[in-house]
Amino acid sequence: MLTLQCPYCGVTVEETELAPGGEAHLKRFGPGSSDDDFEAYMFARKNPKGVHFERWRHAYGCGKWFLAARCTATLEVFGTYPAQTTEPPADLIAKIKEKRPTWEGYK
Amino acid sequence: MRRYSMFAVAREAARFHAGWERAWRSPEPKKRYDVIVVGAGGHGLATAYYLGKVHGITNVAVIEKGWLGGGNTGRNTTIIRSNYLQDPSAAIYDKALKLYEDLSQDLNYNVMFSPRGLLMLAQSEHEIRGYKRTVYANNLQGVETRWIEPAEVKDLVPILNIEGPRYPVLGALLQERGGTARHDAVAWGYARGCSNMGMDIIQQCEVTGVRTEGGKVVGVDTTKGAIDCGKLAIVVAGHSSVLAEMAGFRLPIESMALQAWVSEPIKPTIDVVVMANLVHGYMSQSDKGELVIGGGTDGFNNYTQRGSWHHVEETTRALVETFPIISRLKMLRQWGGIVDMTGDRSPIISKTPVENIFVDCGWGTGGFKAIPGSGWAMAELVAKGEPGPLAADFGLNRFREGRFIDESVAAGVAH
Repeated sequence: MLTLQCPYCGVTVEETELAPGGEAHLKRFGPGSSDDDFEAYMFARKNPKGVHFERWRHAYGCGKWFLAARCTATLEVFGTYPAQTTEPPADLIAKIKEKRPTWEGYK
Repeated sequence: MRRYSMFAVAREAARFHAGWERAWRSPEPKKRYDVIVVGAGGHGLATAYYLGKVHGITNVAVIEKGWLGGGNTGRNTTIIRSNYLQDPSAAIYDKALKLYEDLSQDLNYNVMFSPRGLLMLAQSEHEIRGYKRTVYANNLQGVETRWIEPAEVKDLVPILNIEGPRYPVLGALLQERGGTARHDAVAWGYARGCSNMGMDIIQQCEVTGVRTEGGKVVGVDTTKGAIDCGKLAIVVAGHSSVLAEMAGFRLPIESMALQAWVSEPIKPTIDVVVMANLVHGYMSQSDKGELVIGGGTDGFNNYTQRGSWHHVEETTRALVETFPIISRLKMLRQWGGIVDMTGDRSPIISKTPVENIFVDCGWGTGGFKAIPGSGWAMAELVAKGEPGPLAADFGLNRFREGRFIDESVAAGVAH
């Protein structure tokens, strides 16, 4: 069973207390953007086999969105962090690189 | 290849079964093929089979990283139906159902197709309206389905508790031509047919890279070396995004775990397939007597073929209320597969940004029933370079153009 730590509450909870929200750090494209950008923003997903950054909501807790770094090939969780950021924190990236030396990094 | 028949059984019985040959060859890869199909599951093998049978293209390799039929083809709940709301869906799933009906004769391989009838229970007011709408749509599409009242449901499935306080049965959508088939046999039968046409099925051979030149595919790198190809068909379900990444494009797909489980074998108790979409559960009885139960997908990306426990618990809990007699059964096995989910819950059979690469994916939670139709449509796309009438609406461009084939609302979750 997947357990994640809510970065706001500080509690570690299991997935029935959480709502998954898909890929994190999507760059939003709205009206006036090109068809390519809008289509990629709306639909194209990385869906990687390996390190993945994703959104979760502490639905049955504080109700806030947060972000998590997780390995989709092993279900290992590298860490969670607040959602008010456009890219993963440097210390988390360093931690993932230590555990996954062949990982090409966040892009 | 020797044909399977009653006479073959008698002949082999007379000589201690020493004369059975292997159903398919296991050759080493050649240097080049006209078409490489990646993925020897049902869809990939069916694609190869109809490429040879309908379009006369037999210089084909089907390459598979694991073993043949070992992915979702061997992990599903074997349900076959075509009662979809949207016209393009009904067309391709009904094509598949029609091909299933005489697949055993066509392949000379018993796929144990069993059109035992399929019920989708309405357990809420919304479902009553939704399924009646589907029945009307199906009648316009030429797909025979009908709405039945609770008394007839009880008559068809005596073990069903139709007056449960929490999940009452208010009626059902019945497709009498729906049913099940033996999932492994579908893969094995197609594999035997492909091998018989001279195609190479190469197992234990993982694709590690896709080679392109000038926006056009020229071959793949594999764990058994580089293989050149004229055209590449990517038919790998849960790993579609991984292959697309190798080829340099992204797909509107998220891979998630979907689980199924079976009970200990019991005497015949239920001779139709029952789907209860309100509670994300569906159940049928296998020929071995096990009750085969499927649930809903997890909500997060996952490649591990292991799902979350609470889905098993939730589905079983709801089915126990609907079928009280199963409450004391032991569950024997539980497993997961990785399904490729699109936003509109409809598949993708399409050209891609790379010339001569084609994808057949996005079948999500309901691919098994579509295997023959999917292979038929994909073979036509690969052979001609343009989609035929069955695949035309399932292109990748539908996302850009907003032409969704929205089965996520129409069918609920369980496909």
